[in-house]
Amino acid sequence: MVDIPTSAGDVIPPAEVADVELYHPRSWWTKYVFSQDAKVIAIQYSVTAFSIGLVALVLSWLIRLQLGFPGYFSFIDADHYYQFITMHGMIMVIYLLTALFLGGFGNYLIPLMVGARDMVFPYANMLSYWLYLLAVIVLVAGFFAPGGPTGAGWTLYPPQALTSGTPGGRDWGIILMLSSLIIFIIGFTMGGLNYVVTVLQGRARGMTLMRMPLTVWGIFTATVMALLAFPALFVAAVMMLFDRLLGTSFFMPAIVEMGEQLKSDGGSPILFQHLFWFFGHPEVYIVALPAFGIVSDLISTHARKNIFGYRMMVWAIVIIGALSFIVWAHHMYVSGMNPNFGFFFATTTLIIAVPTAIKVYNWVLTLWRGDIHLTLPMLFAIGFIVTFVNGGLTGLFLGNVVVDVPLSDTMFVVAHFHMVMGVAPIMVVFGAIYHWYPKITGRMLDEVLGRIHFWVTFIGAYAIFFPMHYVGLVGVPRRYFELGDTVFIPPSVHDLNMFISVAALVVGAAQMVFLFNIIWSLFRGREAGGNPWRATTLEWQTPQTPPAHGNWGKELPIVYRWAYDYSVPGAPEDFIPQNQPPMAGVSRAHT
Amino acid sequence: MSVVLVFLAGIAAIVIWWLSGQRMMSKPWMEVGTLDDIAGPAKPPIPTAKIGLGIFLAVVGALFSLLASAYLSRMSGADWWAMPVPRLLWANSAVLIASCAALQWAVVEARRGAGDGLRLALDIALATAVLFLAGQVVAWLQLVAAGYVLADNPANSFFYMLTGLHGLHILGGLAVLARTRLRLLAGGTAASARLRLGVELCATYWHFMLVVWLLLFALFTGWANDFVDLCRQLVS
Repeated sequence: MVDIPTSAGDVIPPAEVADVELYHPRSWWTKYVFSQDAKVIAIQYSVTAFSIGLVALVLSWLIRLQLGFPGYFSFIDADHYYQFITMHGMIMVIYLLTALFLGGFGNYLIPLMVGARDMVFPYANMLSYWLYLLAVIVLVAGFFAPGGPTGAGWTLYPPQALTSGTPGGRDWGIILMLSSLIIFIIGFTMGGLNYVVTVLQGRARGMTLMRMPLTVWGIFTATVMALLAFPALFVAAVMMLFDRLLGTSFFMPAIVEMGEQLKSDGGSPILFQHLFWFFGHPEVYIVALPAFGIVSDLISTHARKNIFGYRMMVWAIVIIGALSFIVWAHHMYVSGMNPNFGFFFATTTLIIAVPTAIKVYNWVLTLWRGDIHLTLPMLFAIGFIVTFVNGGLTGLFLGNVVVDVPLSDTMFVVAHFHMVMGVAPIMVVFGAIYHWYPKITGRMLDEVLGRIHFWVTFIGAYAIFFPMHYVGLVGVPRRYFELGDTVFIPPSVHDLNMFISVAALVVGAAQMVFLFNIIWSLFRGREAGGNPWRATTLEWQTPQTPPAHGNWGKELPIVYRWAYDYSVPGAPEDFIPQNQPPMAGVSRAHT
Repeated sequence: MSVVLVFLAGIAAIVIWWLSGQRMMSKPWMEVGTLDDIAGPAKPPIPTAKIGLGIFLAVVGALFSLLASAYLSRMSGADWWAMPVPRLLWANSAVLIASCAALQWAVVEARRGAGDGLRLALDIALATAVLFLAGQVVAWLQLVAAGYVLADNPANSFFYMLTGLHGLHILGGLAVLARTRLRLLAGGTAASARLRLGVELCATYWHFMLVVWLLLFALFTGWANDFVDLCRQLVS
């Protein structure tokens, strides 16, 4: 038991910090366009990510139109279908979720939440965004290049990604895709250095690591992982570009294509899979960990209760981050690997469920007997828990080699990963936007529109992906352009496919409500005030809303407590901000 | 993938060592604003740029250990013919070592605040680094002239790709080093803290890239392979 000092003598006077090191914009261009302010960069990242995400959303509509109503839409042929699924997957995973969680939320929240004026390397931070934009432009250029974008599937497995049977394989598609990834990774590294070093060096006085909000822990750990995992994708992309452009044989085996022997010889497609998944599995957690962190803060704030098991939550984040580097080959059970390797990777995969389950228990236990306010962020947070548990449980199925082998190429896998790393993180994205929008703009998002958005998205996501598990279990293969009159596929599958497609169209349309809400509330939303959710963390304690350049006034905040002092007995309010000095008669000693 | 796993184990060890000093066992909900808690060192003891460089080097390290993993994995293919290592690479290695030594000397001079010595040391470091890059290009030309072209064999492909990527990293470092030299030229005093930090950062980067080069060199000559075989025998 630690003594809780309550005397006023323990409060050290705030230190005035000169802001000589802060970069000051001189013109409109450097303030809003080539800005080095993390908050502006965050908004640039988010707007770009949402714009390209809309493209991916439309692509998913087209995919579903084909699957639900094969033959009705003549403009979708097999090549286009493969291009759609490839671009949809790649955009959603990398250009939307990764960029939004780390580039968007990371940039906005890290400096504010740890009490810094800005990121530590603002210039590199700015370059990071512009490289990201360039990567997006190169990616989109694929749609207009001769032959169209690549249709190799988002995993880009060679040799098929580089052969003429695949759309874009011998044209520009695959070249643009790989170049875009390389640019993205270089840009991300610049941003990632900022996020990590700002957490290490930029924290306000008193902000020990164990006082950081879990949001910062999640983004921080995910960034460390991304910095170490993205090089694998970089290496794979560079080597593949060599294979495609310079005729090397890193990945390309001896192949006869259209009766013609290709130049390549002896390359190893399995090597590509190892490199790709060495990035690809950590990528799942690069998206999930920020979501874990953010959802913890949403639940705690909107249930007016301290997070249950803060220490466990932090350790679980770190342990998940470490373990996720030794599970990659569970994506490769069907690649013909040594069964002993399969056993090893199945074991590590199942072990990683332990810290993950701890996190789920702690979220639920935080809600337990909390003063739950069913605000929009809370609704989305609960939606996240439900969809994440759902997707996590099917993950346990697929983590086992014997179950994975028959299911691996079916729609079951599609249902699993959309539930666990599609729907669940995007729920958190929405919850986080409803939560922080008032800080970013000074106005609240519209409640009614938000509730329509939530219920349609939540129920709709289940309508889409729940039946898909069944479709997968009866053996419907994924990636197929059309099923035709296959004998083992019952008529119910065709009906379900139609149902799923209609649900997908509706859920997509609900996102337009969300976009409308974002734009409408910018001008007409209710004034939010500085701290509408009565939250404890530092970003709600800024002198101005939205926070001004430099975030804080003359004095940097000093942190006296952790981020979860909600409903403390004896306190005048049901929350105590992190920068609130100790008060007489208020203690948590009862816990 | 063994090389990269060993590398990551090293990173994990550093992270655990760092976390062990961060009071991960503390109970933050029990501790409110004690003086010793918040009156920590007002200024971070290590300059932010050094931490940034350290983390960047971890990323570069991951990149090259992944490439080494790919190299060793592809090496077991039946179509792999090791390629002769040009004798020039020995000379290039010596030049790069000289460049590192010169930069280390520059660090000593910068700490002493001696302008003339610093200028000379930086010039030597710049010149030798350029010489190294030129030497690498000559080595490429020699190999091409001897008929070892890029796409003939995976060993060739890896050689050109790895030396190329390493060269690009040296080139980037060269730009930063040249900027530091220009800052000195533009009248920055040798004693300025900013200049000293710049020289120190360059030196750290150079040493790291030297280690990377020596490991790559060991891969090309086949010593690394012998070493891996030895490890395998020890384990089994």
